[in-house]
Amino acid sequence: MSASVEIGDVTLTYRGVSGGVLALKGTTLNVRRGEFAAVVGPSGCGKSSLMKLVTGLLPPDNGSIVISGAKVTGPVKIAGMAFQNPNLLPWRKVVDNVLLPLEIVQPYRSNFRREKKQYREQAEALLKTVGLGGFGDRYPWELSGGMQQRVSLCRALIHQPSLLMLDEPFAALDAFTREELWCVLRDLWQKIRFTVILVTHDLREATFLADTIHVMSARPGHIVMSKTVELPRPRELEDCFKPQFIDIVHELRAKIGEVRQQ
Amino acid sequence: MNSTLEKLSPTLFTIGIFLFWEAACRAFKIDRFILPAPSEAFMAMVQYWRPLAYHSFVTLWTTLAGFGIAVAFGIALGLVVGWSRTIYRGLYPVMIGFNCIPKVAVVPILIMWFGIGEVPAILTAFLISFFPIVVNVATGLATMEPELEDVLRALGARKLDIMLKVGIPRTQPYLFGSLKVAITLAFVGTVVSETVGANAGLGYQIALAGSNFQMPLVFAALLLLAFEGIAMYAVFAWIEGHFTRWAFRSSMSAAA
Ligand SMILES: Nc1ncnc2c1ncn2[C@@H]1O[C@H](COP(=O)(O)OP(=O)(O)OP(=O)(O)O)[C@@H](O)[C@H]1O
Ligand SMILES: [Mg+2]
Repeated sequence: MSASVEIGDVTLTYRGVSGGVLALKGTTLNVRRGEFAAVVGPSGCGKSSLMKLVTGLLPPDNGSIVISGAKVTGPVKIAGMAFQNPNLLPWRKVVDNVLLPLEIVQPYRSNFRREKKQYREQAEALLKTVGLGGFGDRYPWELSGGMQQRVSLCRALIHQPSLLMLDEPFAALDAFTREELWCVLRDLWQKIRFTVILVTHDLREATFLADTIHVMSARPGHIVMSKTVELPRPRELEDCFKPQFIDIVHELRAKIGEVRQQ
Repeated sequence: MNSTLEKLSPTLFTIGIFLFWEAACRAFKIDRFILPAPSEAFMAMVQYWRPLAYHSFVTLWTTLAGFGIAVAFGIALGLVVGWSRTIYRGLYPVMIGFNCIPKVAVVPILIMWFGIGEVPAILTAFLISFFPIVVNVATGLATMEPELEDVLRALGARKLDIMLKVGIPRTQPYLFGSLKVAITLAFVGTVVSETVGANAGLGYQIALAGSNFQMPLVFAALLLLAFEGIAMYAVFAWIEGHFTRWAFRSSMSAAA
């Protein structure tokens, strides 16, 4: 069900009017089926660009991206995505926002009219698991930022994607809401076991959620360290204060400080 | 208390302006051939109600006809222009250039082509009012959040899907906002054309009465024109508020 991702020695250049920007160079990264991977690195190092390559929204100049054994040549059609900005459609009710992917992805797309009632129930159930039971008929503007971000997560998951791409999804939230959503994501992942690639600036977030944390260098970005998080699961928020956890955060921090100097 | 005052303020201001105008005309004994008092304009309205009603009706329907064509054409062109960057780039200078031509200059050509009558008025109304509609529809499409597009494309959405699910609904507040502007421009177009060459319509009436020095009648026609403009503006403002309430609530606000 879940996808594996193999990024092999990719290079990406943005061509602009004032010359090109080399965003990624020699980036190699593997994610196993059902693995929770996190990518951290200094600002502007090419993390978002990497997400675009993996989902096939941009082609690499060099190197290859292989998802579940198939080379990526165009938009992958399977990935759920969520960004820092929830990007909900303000004219749609919350539940209709969540249903949006089902109007696009097969086989749901062909059945959408016929099965709408059942899909709605699925969406409501998913909303309930992120603590938004009964909010389906509201409009996005009636929800707080944290609640909107939960809806955005639901939208990324409704079609049961084999790959979930998250680009700083919790960056705009306050510390408490953020930790709450860590747990929401942890529980969803524990239950469904999709493959996740999470880009974040929050090292505690990466350590709490991920199996493996990849540290990227400054631009042009490539992976300079891959750290396996050996902490047992299920992890609790309390674990964030354990020495083992704090050691990992320290180690990552030191590494990022080092690559930022260069 | 304050909110009733706010509700009444448009009426109060209008009455106030008329009173001031009336008082100024009387106090300074302004010649009625230069500026008639509003009371004289209203009297002319009563006296000439038949021709005025007829000409108001002609102006209204030609304006609405031109405006209707402008809406259809404007939406279509806006979608095409917003669809692709290449088309956008290619057509934009042409459209700007076209929009810069004063439409008064085009009216004689239209009259030569179509003869004196309603057709030039309809076409002038159309030509003058489609531009803001095109620009707004295209802007609505062009300002779509790139991340949202990424979300959909990563699901395998085609361009047409993205347009139908996001682009077109998203342009609605821009479109309805532009209709308010476009309808008032359409009146300008009709009246310009009627003034230059027509045998009916308020513009024609104004030109005719002006050449006969019937200033109260000129002003009566002007007031009716203003009234029609306000009424249509109000209709489209209402439609805008009614159909795109979400845009006023969410942070996305429409460009007028
Ligand atoms: N569309 C684009 N056109 C040109 N250059 C771009 C474009 N997008 C990104 N870049 C450049 O590529 C580099 C990497 O950008 P990217 O958005 O991938 O960084 P990031 O790691 O996600 O940064 P942040 O942590 O701040 O989100 C940046 O230096 C940026 O200037
Ligand atoms: Mg980024």
